[in-house]
Amino acid sequence: MHSLDSYLFISAMLFCLGVFGVMTRRNAIAVLMGVELILNAANINFVAFSKFNGMNLDGHIFGLFVIVLAAAEAAVALAIIINIYNNLNSINVDDAAELRQ
Amino acid sequence: MDNIMITLPLLILFLPLVSFIILIFFGKKLPRQGDWVAVGSIVATFFFAIYLFIQMILEYDPGFSHGASFSWIDLDAFKIDLGILVDNVTVVMLLIVTLVSSCTHIFSLKYMEGDIRYSRYFAYLGLFTFSMNGIVLADNLISMYMSWELVGVSSYLLIGHWFEKDSAADASKKAFLTNRVGDIGFFIGIMLLYSAVGSFAFGPIFDSIASGDAITGLTLTLAGLGIFMGAVGKSSQFPLHIWLPDAMEGPTPVSALMHAATMVAAGVYMAVRLFPIFTPDALLVIAYTGGITAILAALIAITQNDIKKVLAYSTVSQLGYMILAVGTGVYTAAFFHLLTHAMFKANLFYCSGSVIHSMHHALHKVHDEKTDPQDMRNMGGFKEKMPVTYWSMLISTLAIAGVPLFSGFLSKDAILAGTLAFAQHHPQHFLLPLFGFGAAAITAFYMFRLIFMTFHGKPSMKDTFKDIHESPKEMTGPIVLLGTLSFFIFYTLPYFNPISDHGWFTDLVVPQTSAVPGSMTANEIREHAHHAHYLAMGLSIGVAAIGILLAVLMYVKNVISPKKLSDRFGFLYDWSLNKFYFDENYNRFLYQPFLKLSETVSWLDWELYDKYFINGFGRITSLLSRLSGKFDYDGIDQGLVDGLGRISGVAGQNLRKIQTGRLQNYLLYVVAGILVIIIIQAF
Repeated sequence: MHSLDSYLFISAMLFCLGVFGVMTRRNAIAVLMGVELILNAANINFVAFSKFNGMNLDGHIFGLFVIVLAAAEAAVALAIIINIYNNLNSINVDDAAELRQ
Repeated sequence: MDNIMITLPLLILFLPLVSFIILIFFGKKLPRQGDWVAVGSIVATFFFAIYLFIQMILEYDPGFSHGASFSWIDLDAFKIDLGILVDNVTVVMLLIVTLVSSCTHIFSLKYMEGDIRYSRYFAYLGLFTFSMNGIVLADNLISMYMSWELVGVSSYLLIGHWFEKDSAADASKKAFLTNRVGDIGFFIGIMLLYSAVGSFAFGPIFDSIASGDAITGLTLTLAGLGIFMGAVGKSSQFPLHIWLPDAMEGPTPVSALMHAATMVAAGVYMAVRLFPIFTPDALLVIAYTGGITAILAALIAITQNDIKKVLAYSTVSQLGYMILAVGTGVYTAAFFHLLTHAMFKANLFYCSGSVIHSMHHALHKVHDEKTDPQDMRNMGGFKEKMPVTYWSMLISTLAIAGVPLFSGFLSKDAILAGTLAFAQHHPQHFLLPLFGFGAAAITAFYMFRLIFMTFHGKPSMKDTFKDIHESPKEMTGPIVLLGTLSFFIFYTLPYFNPISDHGWFTDLVVPQTSAVPGSMTANEIREHAHHAHYLAMGLSIGVAAIGILLAVLMYVKNVISPKKLSDRFGFLYDWSLNKFYFDENYNRFLYQPFLKLSETVSWLDWELYDKYFINGFGRITSLLSRLSGKFDYDGIDQGLVDGLGRISGVAGQNLRKIQTGRLQNYLLYVVAGILVIIIIQAF
């Protein structure tokens, strides 16, 4: 099972789960969690490609960057969600639809 | 030495200009309205001119000549040098101009006292003197022409000094426009010479004509006649003489300045200067022009009653003499007459000014505004009241009549001798001496008529006569000075022969042979004139005596009644009184047809061209623009531009429906989009 395909398979699964979570959940926190899954699916891809193609550290470095980015993104997104909650008294993403036509 | 002969003329030239500039800008702010600036500068130039004159006499050299020039325009192919030329003729002329100009300035101090445009008057006098000096000093045709036009302008300003009077305004316009006619010819002549010779300066032009290969024959004759046309205008020769008598509307000192010594003399001076370029054919035309002018103006002067008009026509007649002399080849005699005439004619004008001034005051005292102070019929018997004016005017009248012992005799005699000699060698031109002697007789007659009507006999207006008085010193000063200068002695020194014109003038101003190949040499002309001298002298004394005698008989002894005579020769009298109907005929045959032509042209222009052609264009354009406007608005704006907008609007209306505001929807679209792209990629 130590082949590239298995890693890619796990990653694709994770990605699909993330997309599914983002698209189906109404809870903003859950949507954020879905996004995290998508990012981590990408991370697995980076590291896997790095490991099976010449073993340089580019993929690992990239993965670290993505983790940092995800942390920053989560911080901003949580701040937005708190603001939405303050204003709408809800964290249901469908309620935050003021700009719809 | 050489330097001062250049700097002094330049000072003489530019001092009056400086005075003009000061007066025109600051005249009213200066004490006494700045008349002292003008008088001071002009008297200074007079002294400079005397200095030059003394230098000239000391050298006593006919070839006396100095010159300086600078490059004004230099474009390789086209080069104009401006410069001054100081020789004997120039120095004498400068002396005349500055002397008469100084006298005019001093005379005007009193004559123009209290005038509303006192300082401007003196400013214009400065401009005028500057322009005249410019003509005198020019060593080339271009700067002469520039000064020539400046003289025209300043004479226009001076004649029209009292422009509130319609007659003065009209007279100034007439003088200006009539001069313009002559100046066109002058300019054409200059251009003909330039195109052939390639230079404007006198020296190269003369040399080139003398060499005979640049310009000859008919072209040269035409160029000469063109240039002479300028003299016809400025020196008021027939047929352009009409402006001068009208120009008497200007202040009398101005008349003395312009119509005795400067402006009208400019034409003669120019003809004298440029004598070498005239071909025999051109000279013949010049001679006849002068002769006809002399006799015609003299005939008109007989019947005029306005004292200044008589003097005006006498000036025209005397200028005719000078031009006649140029035409017959004795051009130094013309210049001599210019010199003597300047003195006695200026004096006659001052004297008439003095009389008019006195009349004016006397009439003013009795509150008579209707009587004309210039009409000689209102005068008479002024001899006792105005002795200085009388004696001075008598002397000048004797001079103009050509009586021996006086200056006019010498110069007139030289001219008549030249004319007679010309006719002796060209018998077919016998009319020329006839014109000359006839005019001499008539001149003597009408000048004494003027003297007798003004100063002799019984006063015709008793109530004003007691107020007639001699004029103040500022006015009698110039009169005495110029009257004295009418004696022969000033022109014959160092000799004392009163009947020969031999003197410093003839020694210093020696005629040059014409540059035109095949002309008579100066020596031949002089030889001929010399032979005719005594005959001419006898004849001229004779005709002067006849003229004076006739005047005495008619106006003093009353043996012949002028009234009966005028009744008998009614139509001749009318002709003369109405100046041979020149103005009327010009009006009828020149101005009116011209006005009619202008009207026709203006009708064509307005009614046809403007209304149909130009306005038609306008109408077509406006129609076209309306069409194109319609197309633009309805087609492009409404259809294309607004259509695009409407399409965008409709598309927006429809597309906005997909903006649901649901996050997941948007994500779905994104995913769907990515899937589509992937599928497309896959194939």
